[in-house]
Amino acid sequence: MSTASILDIQDLSVDIPTDSSTLHAVRGISLELKRGETLGIVGESGSGKSMTALALMNLLPPAARRQASCIDFDGSDLTHATERELASKIRGQRIGMIFQEPMTSLNPVYSIGRQLKETMTLHRKVSDAEAEKRAIYLLEKVGLPDPASRLKQYPHELSGGQRQRVMIAMALMNEPELLIADEPTTALDVTIQAQILHLLRDLQREFGMSMILITHDLGVVSRAADNIAVMYAGDIVETGKTAEVLENPCHPYTKGLLECVPGYQGHSQQRLGAIPGIVPAMTGEISGCAFASRCPRAADVCRTTNPPTKKLHQGRYFVCHEPEIEQGEGTAEQPVGSERTGKTDCRGAEDILTVDHVSCTFSVRRGLFGKRKPLQALDDVSLTLKKGEVLALVGESGCGKTTLTRTIMGLQAPSTGFVTLNGQRIGNLPPMERARMIQPIFQDPYSSLNPRKTIGEIIAKPLVVHGIGSTQEQHQQVRKMMELVGLPSRVFNSYPDQLSGGQRQRAAIGRALILNPEVVICDEPTSALDVSVQAQILNLLLDLRDELDLTYLFVTHNLSVVQHMADRVAVMYLGEIVECGERDQVMSSPKHPYTHALMDSALSISPGESVPDPGLSGDFPNPMNRPNGCPFHPRCPIAGQQCREQAPGPELIDNTLVQCWKAKTAGSQLKP
Amino acid sequence: MTVRNTMSPSELTADESRIDSEETGLGLSPTMAALKRARNHYGLKIGFGILLVMAVFALFAPWLAPHDPYLQNLPMRMLPPVWVEGGSWEYLLGTDHLGRDYLSRIIYGARISMTIGIGAATIGMIIGVTLGLIAGYFGGWLDQAVNFLVTCQLAVPSLLLIMALVFVIGQSITVVIFVIGATHWVFYLVVTRSATLRLRELDFVAAAQAMGCSRFQIAVKEVLPNLVNQIMVIFTLEVAVAILNEATLSFLGLGIPSPIPSWGLMIAEGKQAMFFQPWLVILPGISLFILVIAINLLGDGVRDVTVTNRRN
Repeated sequence: MSTASILDIQDLSVDIPTDSSTLHAVRGISLELKRGETLGIVGESGSGKSMTALALMNLLPPAARRQASCIDFDGSDLTHATERELASKIRGQRIGMIFQEPMTSLNPVYSIGRQLKETMTLHRKVSDAEAEKRAIYLLEKVGLPDPASRLKQYPHELSGGQRQRVMIAMALMNEPELLIADEPTTALDVTIQAQILHLLRDLQREFGMSMILITHDLGVVSRAADNIAVMYAGDIVETGKTAEVLENPCHPYTKGLLECVPGYQGHSQQRLGAIPGIVPAMTGEISGCAFASRCPRAADVCRTTNPPTKKLHQGRYFVCHEPEIEQGEGTAEQPVGSERTGKTDCRGAEDILTVDHVSCTFSVRRGLFGKRKPLQALDDVSLTLKKGEVLALVGESGCGKTTLTRTIMGLQAPSTGFVTLNGQRIGNLPPMERARMIQPIFQDPYSSLNPRKTIGEIIAKPLVVHGIGSTQEQHQQVRKMMELVGLPSRVFNSYPDQLSGGQRQRAAIGRALILNPEVVICDEPTSALDVSVQAQILNLLLDLRDELDLTYLFVTHNLSVVQHMADRVAVMYLGEIVECGERDQVMSSPKHPYTHALMDSALSISPGESVPDPGLSGDFPNPMNRPNGCPFHPRCPIAGQQCREQAPGPELIDNTLVQCWKAKTAGSQLKP
Repeated sequence: MTVRNTMSPSELTADESRIDSEETGLGLSPTMAALKRARNHYGLKIGFGILLVMAVFALFAPWLAPHDPYLQNLPMRMLPPVWVEGGSWEYLLGTDHLGRDYLSRIIYGARISMTIGIGAATIGMIIGVTLGLIAGYFGGWLDQAVNFLVTCQLAVPSLLLIMALVFVIGQSITVVIFVIGATHWVFYLVVTRSATLRLRELDFVAAAQAMGCSRFQIAVKEVLPNLVNQIMVIFTLEVAVAILNEATLSFLGLGIPSPIPSWGLMIAEGKQAMFFQPWLVILPGISLFILVIAINLLGDGVRDVTVTNRRN
């Protein structure tokens, strides 16, 4: 090993024995990390990336068995280190770790000051005052305002982004040489994600740390990592410099993954490349290439013999049988990127759904005897949905997206204003009639299907409720629908937990479409799914729209999905629509400073480019205390006196509806 | 109307392969998987076996009992069991102070205990689950009203209440079943309510609302099936509690009226002679112990087998 590397892993395997067989979570991988560099480990869920990180520090679940010929950390071999040595000298001391879920990784009963100081006093002989000084210094570094008073706060008093900053500060208390960040931004909103990644990059440079960044998001890794390792089914299939791997991928899996990312190829509403199938079960021995069952170019040799490791140059190799894939063009059987046949132009079509000045106020009681306080979830929202179009609704969590969709579906009565569907007020429609016009698809396919019903029952349920057809006819219709959404007919009698996430989402789509609705509300339909499955579902949704003449309201926080799916975009902030217009106009020349910041924080795949700083101050405000004037002014970089005092009204500028006092002049001020 | 390009054939087969290739029971339906786990659960098998034997005895008591349990035979009174000196093979477990065959009375007693256990637990279940579903699903003032009812129920010493009720209404098996059932529904309610509170937030409930289901339909057809596991576990535990309650009541003379063979009543009648003929107390006591422990084993087993690490 060269002196420049801080970490050198050779032949690491992790096996987890189960009742009937053994799960090979990691299959003999080798990794090297140079001092001061960032290694991005990318892969879909179940590819073994988190297991790799846990195996490093020997924090695996008790049943798991770890094998490695060498885990060399800065000259000492961690395979021989005892639990005690690891606990006292390595973990938290020389290797820091940041976990995905900031809501659960801080202990709720201790103040953050105590938790920060503890990480330091546990490992070193330092006085309490010294530890406190370091804690304050680091809290300031991670960008928490007023750090000294923060020490006394408890985790529940902080927002998700703030907690993740505290987690980072905690990992840095002992100046670790290596920082392992396991999906550090997955649970956060886009603008916060950009801020956190930006911060991690800055801190890494400042403290000269090395970093392992584990993520499923190719955009994140392209911006933040120097080197990249693509994992599939417990194996590293390709590794190398980030730019080389992403610009010239050699392994068909890496290629497939890149084609799955909406917006990567730059054409919207075209068919995405989709990696067929799912990650194979990792039990038992896999003969041949683990990717063979999903690989578009798999030959017989791939299924029988293990693929060789092909080295291109120092630190750049891939594991595949087919060398000619290097020059490969579009490899998939499906015409990736082919022009879609469906109509894309629907301007001038009739309005099918109108949201007219809808406001929604809840009264929330804090505690048993607390006073009721009003919570304004929606504030004077107006939208129109034209027949056949896809309107994307974008915004961070807590901005009122869900309340708006519930109001549109008639499940929530608005406080003022009304929703009209096909010329009829939705509040006056009987639920049965409403259901035949508008149907939802939910985010989490694990909670949207009743675990006690079979897939056949779930898809047939709307027909049963509406009393359409005999049982025989219903079954026929369900089978037709299953074929339409790409579900194999044998899952008819299966229960939801026997299906993969993608299949569940297909079943949910089938249930939504079986009544032939005109409008479908898609509430983040792909955010719980892996990229390759997301691509399958997005393709399906666009196909179905053309086939069945559907209109979508597509709620999402993923801007590349918006870029791919939407005809028009509405941006929401604190219960208001701050900007609404044609997709290209909103996305390429945003008028509202918030839209601008959102578009800036979107991490498209562009290796070498730095993580953008969205330039927003502070966190998303608590909807319980809305700021006076323009709700965005506390975070707005260009807010003026008028913004603080008076709320702006909607204004039509270049065909885009904007709510901002400075919209006309903002364009020039916001350019970086 | 088919969308052809959505999935290539290879995609279909690979996707389908998940169903075949999953490890340990995931390929089975939930019921089948639970049955498979049940086969490896010793506590459940033992509890179920004992209960099965006892149920057979209770059901076929008229054919299996060697004597008439009500027939008094004063010359043969206070006979000890067969293994004690002076016992006879005709009366395997001896006789009581009126010369009635103790074995027959214990076999018939199993009938009473099981009837009352299952009956009272069912009545409690109907009350508790209905109230819990209402409180959890509808919330608001209904929830508060139900919670107030629970607080009241918990504040009253239930044995005292049962005694008072039996005293007022009169003694009979039916009365005992209803009175015990009507005072043992709090467990059902608490569990049903909290599970319903969690379930009603899930998206499948919203999906049912969106397809036009009424709130009653959702509560009964979508939420209730998801509570079956938890309710079954509580049911078994409440059966055991009800059986012990009946024994206590009968022991105090307020349960089953006198000539009917009930284990609690038998203990009460045997207690005068406890020091000289201890089997009069010990035998029904042991029967009670075995029945209750078998039910509890079964209940724990049902819980272990049905509650998986599923997301719901």
